[in-house]
Amino acid sequence: MATSISSPSSSTPLSPIQLSVIQRKRRSNLFSAAGIVSILIALMTLIALVLQLFIQGLPKLNWQFLTSFADPEASLAGVLAALVGSCLVMLVTAATAVPVGIGAGLYLEEYVTRNKFSALIEINVTNLAGVPSIVYGLLALGLFKYYFSLGESILTAGLTLALLVLPVVIVATRESVRAIPSSLREATYAMGASKSQMVFDHLLPYAFGNILTGVIIGLSRAIGETAPLVTIGALTFIAFLPESPIQSSFPFISFEWLKAPFTVLPIQMFNWVSRPESEFQVNAAAAGIVLLSLTLMMNSIAIYLRYRIQKSLKW
Amino acid sequence: MINIDSPVSPAPPKVEVSNLNFYYGDKHAIKNVNLTLPTNKITALIGPSGCGKTTLLRCFNRMHDLYDGNRYEGEIVLDGQVNILSRRIDPIEVRMRVGMVFQRPNPFPKSIFENVAYGLRVRGEKNKSFIADKVEEALKASALWDEVNDRLKDMAFNLSGGQQQRLCIARALATDPELILFDEPTSALDPIATRNIEELMDGLKKQVTILIVTHSMQQAARLSDYTAFMYLGEMLECDRTEVIFKHAAQLRTRDYVSGQFG
Ligand SMILES: Nc1ncnc2c1ncn2[C@@H]1O[C@H](COP(=O)(O)OP(=O)(O)O)[C@@H](O)[C@H]1O
Ligand SMILES: [Mg+2]
Repeated sequence: MATSISSPSSSTPLSPIQLSVIQRKRRSNLFSAAGIVSILIALMTLIALVLQLFIQGLPKLNWQFLTSFADPEASLAGVLAALVGSCLVMLVTAATAVPVGIGAGLYLEEYVTRNKFSALIEINVTNLAGVPSIVYGLLALGLFKYYFSLGESILTAGLTLALLVLPVVIVATRESVRAIPSSLREATYAMGASKSQMVFDHLLPYAFGNILTGVIIGLSRAIGETAPLVTIGALTFIAFLPESPIQSSFPFISFEWLKAPFTVLPIQMFNWVSRPESEFQVNAAAAGIVLLSLTLMMNSIAIYLRYRIQKSLKW
Repeated sequence: MINIDSPVSPAPPKVEVSNLNFYYGDKHAIKNVNLTLPTNKITALIGPSGCGKTTLLRCFNRMHDLYDGNRYEGEIVLDGQVNILSRRIDPIEVRMRVGMVFQRPNPFPKSIFENVAYGLRVRGEKNKSFIADKVEEALKASALWDEVNDRLKDMAFNLSGGQQQRLCIARALATDPELILFDEPTSALDPIATRNIEELMDGLKKQVTILIVTHSMQQAARLSDYTAFMYLGEMLECDRTEVIFKHAAQLRTRDYVSGQFG
């Protein structure tokens, strides 16, 4: 019956095995079709949003827009103060959240003796990542602005967003440290290494790529935040830049900028969107493109660094 | 029983284990073990899987201290001087004198050079030429130098499995340990790599005392001067290798070395 093997005729009934295969194949095809539809819905929405932003905002996006301050006249207005503000606030956020977050994550993962209390802390830290940002804003209002009298400054804003980023960095640190195999730890301790040598010679370097990804994800979330910054009193109209961190005369660095009032890109956007004039809508779209590019830039730096680091790791 | 005590005086003991008990929480894994490791000799630890060979080996460098709930009782005395299980002795101090090579090669994700130099760096050695000399010496002793001397900066994981294991041996050797523990070092390797490692271990005993766990009777017979047979957490018998393999006192030992069970 060689012919029936090469081409089973329709008259021969399908065996139970064949029937079961066909049935299960049909089910997986159905599932992948549903998957494609879901992806398309997500992608189309994103593409439509970005496209609309670009069509509306791109014509406005020029050097003048990037180097001008906010202005009551839509055609003269620009994002300089907001762009500089966003960058400086992120600088403060990164400079505080990264060391504190990595330190806390390493401590929780490597040093804490496991008991009920540490389990409680652990659950709470994980849940902190899900706390609404406005709640952090309220905390910062009481803590930084009133208790520590830091004012409505870049420092306050950076620290506020650092609170927001901190749980993300802690969780990322713990997970990437936990992913390092125990055989590597044992090899290190067997060489007579101490705990701190373990942490600084091995855990940190090997986990750094993944920690960095967590940091950037946290910062990308923070750079788009409006609510907590409005809560602590961000301005919407600023026509000057904070003092430059680098000075031409001794001692060459200045920290005056930390005390300066500020605005950031999403607040500037929100402000323009809420104006009735259509020219300001265009400005808002252009500012949106700037914000989006900033986020993309951070993400590509993270991807590049992670690629560089992970290329040299294997176990 | 034939008495084949050699006319020359036996090697002085490097390590003496007395009444050692070890517990994983409630599990009593090592039961009242007594054992002597003669200086600059290879002692093989054999026995059916699960009998506690790895557990016993890891007592010698206090590896069990890394995990909660583990408990030692008894003594392991080094050079007749210190009980390394004493609470007053820091496990780090023990591990600086006792090296270890694991079942699976576990080089650090660093360069070949840095892998071997790591033990010296841990000890705070800063002298570059001293480190370079030590690395070369260790790589030569582990029979890897000729294969890697032109690419010391390469990542260690680019080496083959057998080369990686020899690198781990070099890493352990670079700090001049007095005792090296091997836990089935060739069980993940092919026969040629296994032979390379057996040959180099034979050369090592000039400078260091060796305790090796192996599941291969042939390896124990070929390599070791003394053999210890463990069964269900107990040390049934320990003697010179030819005695264990030809004239073991216990029936279980005879059955095991002749392949009757295992
Ligand atoms: N971490 C551990 N916790 C509890 N029991 C363990 C642990 N490791 C090993 N054991 C048990 O201790 C006994 C000895 O194990 P092991 O020393 O690994 O044996 P071997 O190396 O001779 O095969 C086994 O019964 C094993 O199940
Ligand atoms: Mg074992």
